[in-house]
Amino acid sequence: MNKIVEKEQFSENVFKLVVEAPDVAVNRKAGHFVIIKLGEKGERIPLTIAGSDPERGTIDLVIQRVGVTSHKLTALNVGDTITDLVGPLGQATHIEKVGTVLAACGGVGTAPMLPIIEALKKAGNRIITVLAARTKELIILEDQMRQFSDEVIVMTDDGSYGTKGLVTKGMEDVINREKVDKSFVIGPAIMMKFAALTTKKYNIPTEASLNTIMVDGTGMCGACRITVGGKTKFVCVDGPEFDAHQVNFDEMLMRLGAYKDEEVRAFEAYLNN
Amino acid sequence: MENITDYYKSERAQDWRTEIRKSVKVKERTSMERTKMPEQEPTVRNKNSLEVNLGLVEKIALKEAQRCIDCPDPTCVKGCPVSIYIPKFIKKIEIGDFLGAATVLKETNTLPAVCGRVCPQEKQCEAQCFYTIKLNQPPVAIGYLERFAADYERNSGKTAIPEVAKPNGIKVASIGSGPASLAWSADMVKMGYDVTVFEALHEIGGVLKYGIPEFRLPNSIVDFEIDNLEKMGVKFVKNFVVGKTATIDDLRAKGFKAFFVGSGAGLPRFMNIPGENSIGIFSSNEYLTRVNLMGAAKEDHDTPVIIGKNVAVIGGGNTAMDSVRTAKRLGAERAMIIYRRSREEMPARLEEVHHAIDEEIEFLNLNNPVSYIADDKGRVQKMLVQKMELGEPDASGRRRPIPIEGSEYEIEVDEVVVAVGVSPNPLIPATVAGLETTKWGTIVVNDDLQSSVEDIFAGGDIVRGGATVILAMGDGRKAAAAMDKYITEKIKK
Ligand SMILES: Cc1cc2nc3c(=O)[nH]c(=O)nc-3n(C[C@H](O)[C@H](O)[C@H](O)COP(=O)(O)OP(=O)(O)OC[C@H]3O[C@@H](n4cnc5c(N)ncnc54)[C@H](O)[C@@H]3O)c2cc1C
Ligand SMILES: Cc1cc2nc3c(=O)[nH]c(=O)nc-3n(C[C@H](O)[C@H](O)[C@H](O)COP(=O)(O)OP(=O)(O)OC[C@H]3O[C@@H](n4cnc5c(N)ncnc54)[C@H](O)[C@@H]3O)c2cc1C
Ligand code: SF4
Ligand code: FES
Repeated sequence: MNKIVEKEQFSENVFKLVVEAPDVAVNRKAGHFVIIKLGEKGERIPLTIAGSDPERGTIDLVIQRVGVTSHKLTALNVGDTITDLVGPLGQATHIEKVGTVLAACGGVGTAPMLPIIEALKKAGNRIITVLAARTKELIILEDQMRQFSDEVIVMTDDGSYGTKGLVTKGMEDVINREKVDKSFVIGPAIMMKFAALTTKKYNIPTEASLNTIMVDGTGMCGACRITVGGKTKFVCVDGPEFDAHQVNFDEMLMRLGAYKDEEVRAFEAYLNN
Repeated sequence: MENITDYYKSERAQDWRTEIRKSVKVKERTSMERTKMPEQEPTVRNKNSLEVNLGLVEKIALKEAQRCIDCPDPTCVKGCPVSIYIPKFIKKIEIGDFLGAATVLKETNTLPAVCGRVCPQEKQCEAQCFYTIKLNQPPVAIGYLERFAADYERNSGKTAIPEVAKPNGIKVASIGSGPASLAWSADMVKMGYDVTVFEALHEIGGVLKYGIPEFRLPNSIVDFEIDNLEKMGVKFVKNFVVGKTATIDDLRAKGFKAFFVGSGAGLPRFMNIPGENSIGIFSSNEYLTRVNLMGAAKEDHDTPVIIGKNVAVIGGGNTAMDSVRTAKRLGAERAMIIYRRSREEMPARLEEVHHAIDEEIEFLNLNNPVSYIADDKGRVQKMLVQKMELGEPDASGRRRPIPIEGSEYEIEVDEVVVAVGVSPNPLIPATVAGLETTKWGTIVVNDDLQSSVEDIFAGGDIVRGGATVILAMGDGRKAAAAMDKYITEKIKK
């Protein structure tokens, strides 16, 4: 049982929860995630650890509501508890000073990017962040991202905010303008696929943080498996970050759809309750 | 060995034993037929998740106990990995002292209700029974009787909580909560240690919970044992991955003096054949975890699972049997085992194979998948299978399966469960400096189950690779004795 000690709403569908988890708070690094489960009948879902306060013994979670579990979680309030929480899981991000880092995030990918740019910034890198989404309402965490970025470029597909265009256009504008030493891309699989193709064109080493379906998060089931450089890898223990130029995004896209029908049905049932 | 023979002799000479032995003639005993386990009708049970075997009623258990002739040299005991004093517990049943029988079982076996259900008796005690080796008749149903005595005790409400020595304040911990760790924790807490069991998942019990299905081993039986351990003072910490949430070094700093690694062999193996990452292809671990641990097949649980119509399960072990029978229960029209060797060579418990056949599971032996073909959404649609023939015996003594060229054919499938084995969990070896492992990733231990790091002991599947519940349990007990000796010599003074 982990108690929620703070809750903040960032936008219509994005919330921050500060949760008691003393051991996790001490040992976590950028790139790590936790798995949470609500109630006896809940499912296990992975969430990036967005930040922590080891002295207070708390971690921060930034959650975007998409389906049943993320809705239930963001409906909880200060004083409520999360039934099960385990972590920190996964491999920590390799943080070093490389120079200029281009961080490209699409929609859901913004929350997991936050702790990464925080660590990269603290390691002395120059951070240029491209925040992209379909439309204005889906641009999230802009203020938080600005805090650790030297520059933030906002892109929307429909031009309702920032510059009109896809994330890849924002990235290419930067690449054509100055030398980029490394790139991180996080977002929907399709966005990561094209972002990776973009940086590959310019030979920029790129890491993608993959948000596959998970069950245990400890390497026990293989639900999270993907192909990287022709080899099967488990995202929960080998990742979540991988060389974006080696990841088979088409396979990942396909696997993410495994439970689409069930998810839609479960969500409708949840709304009707 | 001599003292044990003497012990058996003196025990066997006790009045009550002599009397009951003489009450029925040997001839009469050996002419009785082996009891059949009452079970749910196959066509009923393959649609529910209730236990298949219903257990023996008292009268039948008494009769089966009469078959045992109380051998002077009980060969059955030699077949038991933890040397349960089998004739003694069986004769206790024969005199109607069922609680006494359970006490005999618990002298050597921490979890008799579990072992009575899942041990491969046909390869262990029952294989060595006088009836099997000398009379060429079906053995005494030792497993059924073990289950009977253990269930009787549990249902009697008179389960004695074992006595616990005065707390010595010395903190020890296990990593994992499978049968190895549970057995270890019972012995350690009895000796007065301050025992903590760390488990990565949100449930205690290891494979007993997430792997073996309800229809073979109800969770309530495992929970009963865990409750008893809690009453004895064992502390269970869930959602704690040792090596991640805290390392062994962190735990040392918190005052833990010795560790038992019972982290199991939980890593699924795949075959690495084309199309294996298509949607609808699971490891057996994922499939069973979704259904058993996460309740995915129940309407009111949030975790989803794909319900297949044509389900193929690859493999021939217990895991494969559990997966294929689960698929049938979830509504598969066709649930098939695809195994590259013949039926005789399948490592699964014999009873499970028989049950599976009764439940209309199809067996495609001497068949091996070559590749999978998916539809345009990436969902598995067909598998290409190759026929095999048996060649010369290989290192395991079993005849090596050889593919027959040009024999490939297609089977329509919409769900596949890969149950071709597991590997040791690499997390502990990867996070403890100096911990020696084999090339298979198992932890190297000496005869005392002590690893190359002196305060770390290990047992169960993390040492043996995928093995059995009883071996894991036996290891836990052996490691507890050795750890106590180590602590006494090293720390106590
Ligand atoms: C390592 C890792 C870290 C993550 N960190 C965060 C985080 O910090 N904050 C956060 O909000 N989410 C994060 N996610 C994604 C989060 O786990 C999913 O959003 C969550 O599982 C959805 O559960 P649900 O029941 O609410 O929705 P579901 O009913 O499972 O899904 C609803 C909809 O969301 C889509 N969806 C489901 N899972 C994902 C996914 N993994 N990625 C993208 N779309 C998905 C589905 O396709 C579906 O359309 C992370 C995922 C991984 C693997
Ligand atoms: C489906 C299935 C059916 C089986 N059927 C039979 C049968 O009929 N008869 C039989 O005798 N055997 C059977 N077996 C084999 C038997 O279950 C195992 O040999 C036995 O459970 C091994 O016990 P263990 O204690 O070594 O490990 P496990 O039972 O594997 O438990 C290990 C536990 O450690 C936890 N863990 C791992 N790493 C960490 C960590 N770093 N920190 C904290 N916790 C950790 C895991 O989550 C797990 O819960 C079956 C196995 C399976 C999978
Ligand atoms: S070998 Fe068979 S008959 Fe003899 S004591 Fe053991 S169970 Fe009884
Ligand atoms: S989530 Fe189960 S192995 Fe990664």
